[in-house]
Amino acid sequence: MEEHFHQHISRQFNQELEELRKDVMTMGGLAEQMIADAVMALIEGESARAEQVIENDHQVNQMEKQIDQQCIQILARRQPTASDLRLVMAIIKTVNDLERVGDEAEQIAKMAIRLVSRDRPRGNYRELETMGTHVRAMIRDALNGFARLEPEVAIALKRQDQKVDSEYEAILRQYYSYLVEEPRNTSRILDSIWVARSLERIGDHAKNIGEYIVYMVEGKDIRRATVEEIEQSLGESE
Amino acid sequence: MVNVNQNAGLDADRPRLNLNHEKITLETNGLNLYYGDTHALKNISMQIPSQRVTAFIGPSGCGKSTLLRCFNRMNDLVDSCRIEGEVKIDGEDIYNASVDVPELRRKVGMVFQKPNPFPKSIYDNIAYGLRLQGVKSKRTLDEVVERSLKRAALWDEVKDRLDDNAFGLSGGQQQRLVIARAIAIEPEVILLDEPCSALDPISTAKVEELIIDLKESYTIVIVTHNMQQAARVSDFTAYMYLGELIEYDDTAKLFTNPGEKATEDYITGRYG
Repeated sequence: MEEHFHQHISRQFNQELEELRKDVMTMGGLAEQMIADAVMALIEGESARAEQVIENDHQVNQMEKQIDQQCIQILARRQPTASDLRLVMAIIKTVNDLERVGDEAEQIAKMAIRLVSRDRPRGNYRELETMGTHVRAMIRDALNGFARLEPEVAIALKRQDQKVDSEYEAILRQYYSYLVEEPRNTSRILDSIWVARSLERIGDHAKNIGEYIVYMVEGKDIRRATVEEIEQSLGESE
Repeated sequence: MVNVNQNAGLDADRPRLNLNHEKITLETNGLNLYYGDTHALKNISMQIPSQRVTAFIGPSGCGKSTLLRCFNRMNDLVDSCRIEGEVKIDGEDIYNASVDVPELRRKVGMVFQKPNPFPKSIYDNIAYGLRLQGVKSKRTLDEVVERSLKRAALWDEVKDRLDDNAFGLSGGQQQRLVIARAIAIEPEVILLDEPCSALDPISTAKVEELIIDLKESYTIVIVTHNMQQAARVSDFTAYMYLGELIEYDDTAKLFTNPGEKATEDYITGRYG
């Protein structure tokens, strides 16, 4: 299937699409690393690492603009159709989500900087670390699925996103009880809630990217479909 | 009269296309052309860069083919045609009385809308120009035929039947044969007048790919009715309307953010 995008008579078009796909992977890799660094900065209390994440967000923003520009050129000059059109469309949407992932990582990094100066909780944010590992893996899975053009990844991402949502709710419940029990730590707990919220959103973005992959490969719009509906829809096309 | 405002269209204060980093092969200054009383080209001043593909687009009768034909003096063949202003190749005015027109046309090859192979073998079609120049060596001719057909991406399809009549080829193959014939005599410029309008989409894609390959060695100017083709193959695009050069810019810019409303209307299908 990957070969499919190298088979145009126009070698230049092949190159443009290849470059575009490579750039999306680079941008995604950067965003994924930002999540890891932001969470690590929080756990280890490293402001320098957090500053680096904030710095890297500029690069992710820049890449979104650049990839959009490449897509616009392809739309205007090549008038892509069918799978080529879906690829360009999926890329435009994917980079939008990746840019937001970068913003969420930046948000976590900002919280990490604020939390450096405060007392650390007993569990040292273990629950956030676990959630961070999960959503980072989701972004990685989404990118792999994108590179290999595997629509099945959408189902796995949808399921993982549901787990992350439950994880988020559990963390919120835990934090609400802390708010009652430890009023002197209110600000730290509120900041932690922000971190959890950002992580939960990263999960949503990974799930969205899974949906774009299905659109790109199968031409089906599975947004807001249930896992069962997606399974059925993908099963039909095999 | 020489118009000093290079590469501009109607509007003198609009920023003009910057070709400072390009080597210029073709150039017109205040070019006016009349067919009898009809004013077909109006004060065209533009520069066409070397080893790039430059496309002329515009509705029928806008003067794009007429402008193309100025570059190898094909308009000389029209009795009522009168030209004012300058047309230069590598800085030399080609309408100067001392210019050797056959030599000019050797330097500036042309390919037309309908493939026009000679009623001869594939081999003889390619060798024709060289033989005309007095080349007799079989070895040289063999080499040039092979090289030209390879460059035109036709060799693999015809190498086993070089002695067959060229009319036996498909339309797309004939068009690539004609391009091979044009490059056999090593021109500097290749003018393409709607080279794909008689071809199917696959042949069109092959010819377009060929055009992009050829710009490494030649300066290419293409007239096309198909503006998507201009968008795909060209580096620079000129939009013409009623004999005037309305806009001339980077293809990437012209097709995403044209400077003139007239261009926008034409490329978005709002014209007329």
